[in-house]
Amino acid sequence: MTAESMTAPAPDASGARIATPSPEREQRVRLYVWQVPVRVSHWVLAGSIVVLTVTGFYIANPFLVAPSGPIMTDVRTIHLLAAVALLASGLLRTIWLLAGNRFARWSAFLPISRAQVVEIFRQAGYYAFLRKEIPKVLGHNQLAASAYVLLFGLIVIEVLTGFVLYGVLGIEPAATLFAWVREFVGLQTIRLLHHLAMWGILAIATFHIYSCILVDNIEKNGLLSSIFSGYKYPTREEVLESRDGGPELLEEAE
Amino acid sequence: MTAATIQGELGALLERGLSRRAFLAFCGAMTTLLALPPRYAPRVAAAVTASPRIPLIWLRGAGCGGDGEALLRTAEPDAVSLLLESLSVDYLEILMAASGTAAADVRSATMAAAPNGYLAVIEGAVAGADDGAWHTVGGRAFRDVAREVCAGALGVIAVGSCAFDGGLAAATGGTIGASGAGVVAGGRPFISLPGCPVNAANLAATFVHFLTFNELPPADLRGRPLFAYGSLIHNQCERRAHFEFGEFVEAWGDEGAQKGWCLYKMGCKGPEAYANCPAVRYDDGASWPIGSGQVCIACTMPGFWDSMGPAFRRLPPLASFVPWLTADFAGQVLVGGTAGLAAAHGTASVARAALRRRRAARARVAPAADAVPEPVVAVEAPAEPITPAEPNAPPDVAPAADMPAADMPAADVPAAEGPAEDAEDEPEPGLEAEAANPPEVPPEPKLEAAPRPKPVRPPAAEDDP
Repeated sequence: MTAESMTAPAPDASGARIATPSPEREQRVRLYVWQVPVRVSHWVLAGSIVVLTVTGFYIANPFLVAPSGPIMTDVRTIHLLAAVALLASGLLRTIWLLAGNRFARWSAFLPISRAQVVEIFRQAGYYAFLRKEIPKVLGHNQLAASAYVLLFGLIVIEVLTGFVLYGVLGIEPAATLFAWVREFVGLQTIRLLHHLAMWGILAIATFHIYSCILVDNIEKNGLLSSIFSGYKYPTREEVLESRDGGPELLEEAE
Repeated sequence: MTAATIQGELGALLERGLSRRAFLAFCGAMTTLLALPPRYAPRVAAAVTASPRIPLIWLRGAGCGGDGEALLRTAEPDAVSLLLESLSVDYLEILMAASGTAAADVRSATMAAAPNGYLAVIEGAVAGADDGAWHTVGGRAFRDVAREVCAGALGVIAVGSCAFDGGLAAATGGTIGASGAGVVAGGRPFISLPGCPVNAANLAATFVHFLTFNELPPADLRGRPLFAYGSLIHNQCERRAHFEFGEFVEAWGDEGAQKGWCLYKMGCKGPEAYANCPAVRYDDGASWPIGSGQVCIACTMPGFWDSMGPAFRRLPPLASFVPWLTADFAGQVLVGGTAGLAAAHGTASVARAALRRRRAARARVAPAADAVPEPVVAVEAPAEPITPAEPNAPPDVAPAADMPAADMPAADVPAAEGPAEDAEDEPEPGLEAEAANPPEVPPEPKLEAAPRPKPVRPPAAEDDP
């Protein structure tokens, strides 16, 4: 056991599993993980969620009284514009589910392999203080990815209910297209869903922010900055041994 | 041509005590209400006056009778009564002198005698449970009587919310298996005029449409005429401007209420209800609920007793039996709970990291500074015997080997850069290291910087206990 062998970074400190520890394996590489559409859709989504939440709160419970000016009109217009932005980012991200790299593809989100299913429990076990190590992964860990699938579903609910409520304003073609909803589902149910899905999104966003800070502190590979830059800085060993890693990534890493 | 017809009927109109002006005003109003072009007004007038008297059979199901009352108590009944005369209301229980078997005979006679058929109006819900035993007329289930009447009708008009979809009788807790009149229409032309009560103007317009075009007006998915139920109350409301300008009634009787501001925050269901109340109003345009400062309860919408409650809240609770459990309360608990969980988890994580660091520090303080590398070997389970350190070391080292997966190497190896302490700096060295492949690069600068900072912590940590 040489000194070099002990330079293993934190998450890999279990050492025992590392077959041949070598200095080269500990070297960090600059790995392009999040492509431009991923980052753009992420930030448009984040921004639109903030705007939609604030304006949505006002529309649900108008707490400001404007001395003059059609404040509700303005707030609703902003809400609708932010909704368009959200929809655009969602469409972009949906396209990128098919066209993106391995970290952005649909297969990174759906737990289709056994390893991915196991990883959900490992990650959850880590959060529950039941496991000491965090699963090795370069892109989304499977628990987070599953949460994003849920998030995606909640956003779809928001978009659909939003369009129904948009039709309520009397704007065609939504007014005609979704007329059946108000008759057979009920507008109150739609509004209730619109509220509930928002709270679900906010809860996921809250945990998302926390877990990003937490995992960034554990992996120490630039997770937080990666959503700005697109790059992570895993060790060669991490690149090789992560569930979604592989030797081919090392070639493009430099 | 039409002018001549009206002239010809004028004598009859005057006989009925209705001025020509009032009659034409009625026809004009009906034309407008039906959203027909103004040129249809003469045709409407001709149809109303010249049509053969169509018998009307008005049945009352499970309901309060409010729709019949609404019709008969309009503020200016002339026009409506004219309409009823031209329709020949042969069976209307609340107006008939006959009762019992005699009334039933009138009904049968009307059905048998009408040469050109008759119109059936049904008010109130149809009781369906227990073979219709919850509502019988003359010993027969109302359901069967209604089916019999509807079978021969030119058209069936359901008036009021109960005839629309069962209304109050069909709301949660209802026992009679109530449903709307659609179940007894038997495939005859059918239209619903929900409302609690029905707006007599809409009923009159429906009659007029039938007299003019020989068919019921076009309807929406639920069988409600589009002319009356085609647009949102909120979008036609006289208080809508206050909504857009953020002017709301905050409490009953407050300044906003006195100024006629928007009732949105008081739970008004105008944004959920489709009807022409704001345009037509009730009682010949006298007023309507929101106009009189009360919230809309969306009585024209399906299942409004359940789906639109509570009347004075914007949104219903998640379950009607736990009224305090609103969507927003549940959401606040969810998000607040998540945030709390995150805070607790973060605190626990920091505490665990501190604990590990302290353990690691103890493990390092105990052995001589030079012998440091050995404890790390303990990371590998079989390597334990190798740790030769001081006698007091093992108790510390052993748990350390298990637990602090993350921090052990960091704290123990002065020569190597541990991630624990210098986490923030790590990526940057990595960046630089990238360019130069040799592994010597990382250790070199760290050899000078790293070793000392570490011991700083342990004393601090040990001070605490």
